[in-house]
Amino acid sequence: MSLEVADVAVQSPARRRDARGRRLRRVYHERPPATVPVLAGRLTLFLGALALWELSARLRVINPFLWSMPSLIAQEFVRTLRDGSLLADASYTFTSTVLGFAIGTLAGSAIGLSFWWSTYYAKIVEPFLVVFEGIPKLALAPIFVLVFGLGIESKIGMAVALTIVVSALTTYGGMRAVDRDLVRMVFSLGASRWQVFRKVIVPGTFPAMLSALRINIGLALAGAIVGEFIGSQRGLGRAIEYAGQTYNIALIWSGIFTLSLLSLVLYLVTAWLEANLLRRFLHQGR
Amino acid sequence: MLVLTEISKRFESPHGPPVDALESLSLNVPAGRFVSILGPSGCGKSTIFNVIAGLEVPTSGSVCVDGVPIDGLSGVVAYMLQKDLLLPWRSIIDNVVLGMEIDGIPKREAYARARPLLERYGLGGFESRYPSQLSGGMRQRAALLRTMLCDREIVLLDEPFAALDAQTRADMQEWLLDVWDDFKKTVVFVTHDVDEAIYLSDEIVVMSARPGRIVERLPIELARPRQRSVITAPAFIAYKERILAHLERTVSIPR
Repeated sequence: MSLEVADVAVQSPARRRDARGRRLRRVYHERPPATVPVLAGRLTLFLGALALWELSARLRVINPFLWSMPSLIAQEFVRTLRDGSLLADASYTFTSTVLGFAIGTLAGSAIGLSFWWSTYYAKIVEPFLVVFEGIPKLALAPIFVLVFGLGIESKIGMAVALTIVVSALTTYGGMRAVDRDLVRMVFSLGASRWQVFRKVIVPGTFPAMLSALRINIGLALAGAIVGEFIGSQRGLGRAIEYAGQTYNIALIWSGIFTLSLLSLVLYLVTAWLEANLLRRFLHQGR
Repeated sequence: MLVLTEISKRFESPHGPPVDALESLSLNVPAGRFVSILGPSGCGKSTIFNVIAGLEVPTSGSVCVDGVPIDGLSGVVAYMLQKDLLLPWRSIIDNVVLGMEIDGIPKREAYARARPLLERYGLGGFESRYPSQLSGGMRQRAALLRTMLCDREIVLLDEPFAALDAQTRADMQEWLLDVWDDFKKTVVFVTHDVDEAIYLSDEIVVMSARPGRIVERLPIELARPRQRSVITAPAFIAYKERILAHLERTVSIPR
């Protein structure tokens, strides 16, 4: 036993250090990848996938009627862009998504914050929120269209339905995580409940409210689209639905492509908003 | 003057017997005096603290400030804990003026009062920084300034320096004495550091283990302002030996 220990100590420290040094270098000292090759790689992957799609459709490896092909999709995209229907549909969907997102997030945050004022009220209401969160809210779309009509109200309503509970529950969770000693300290300075609410609870819960933004923007878009599927005269969802009924597969893909662009833009704006609000108002994060 | 009369505090527990944290504890702290409460852990130091701060209501007995009962009232005394409890989304100066802001003092006036103090107490140039950008010692200084600036006669400090390293803690003790000298507040200081208590206090109250009772009240008659070197003076050592003897006795009871 002791012999082995001595052996190791005498023989190998240099070699062991060497080996560890190499491993550390690989794990910690690796440079982050440069931007240009990464972007080039992404572009190649995207174009490569499109080329493969186009090629296999033209060679009838996949059924071009069912799958369409990038060149046709691009044609449809340009056509709808020219006749103005694409932008009109996109802006309609954009409007209902953003309005529903804003209303749902604000109202949900307000509901979450309201729980601070009474623990009885919070205890009574909380299970209902959790159950409502469990309902597949997309199934509510037919009712919303019946109640709010075929106009934009039903789409906004769907976006609100999908986002409001997420915001309420996230806000409630964040609010309960606010340091109790902080609350006690501000009370000890003679603050009223309203002052504690304004000076500690709201800013303390703000990061949680913001963390719901990125989830909500996707949910709001889904809500608006489903509202349009069920019944609408305008919007990208309606355009896709219509294209499906007329077997214009290229137009479906063009709509999906536009939707992806829209959701990407919304997501980036929301992420930027979250990071900036966090930094500016809370001096948290980097 | 802060007067505690026959304070008892019993915590009922759903599992097992109730716990007597404090048992008929009486204490008076004359205005402007610096009194430390020393005792083994679990002696109810923090319970006394919470009772005086109005965060807990005593089971029996009363707390009076200048003859007016204040039990269960918060906002009468200012306090500070081991955690700095600065609001992370407020700059240092906005944290320091929080008490004045709550009292409805206009922001401009509050700033005007706080600025020279920040300057004087080593936080000059850091007014617009945020707590996360400051060292632990600086954060505690900001927290103490906030406590001192909120216009209460009595200040409770519950192991405010316990989380700091030895050097920072020594600096903070000297700094606290300066601040106390300037503000002339009544200070009740809870600690389990004997040296710290002797160095800072006019009087030390030694408590027994649970249920907390006062076993000794020891006036510290070392000249002020105190130099750091006082901690090696024979009188200091004598106080320390006496307190340690008490603490040893109280700790050995439960064994």
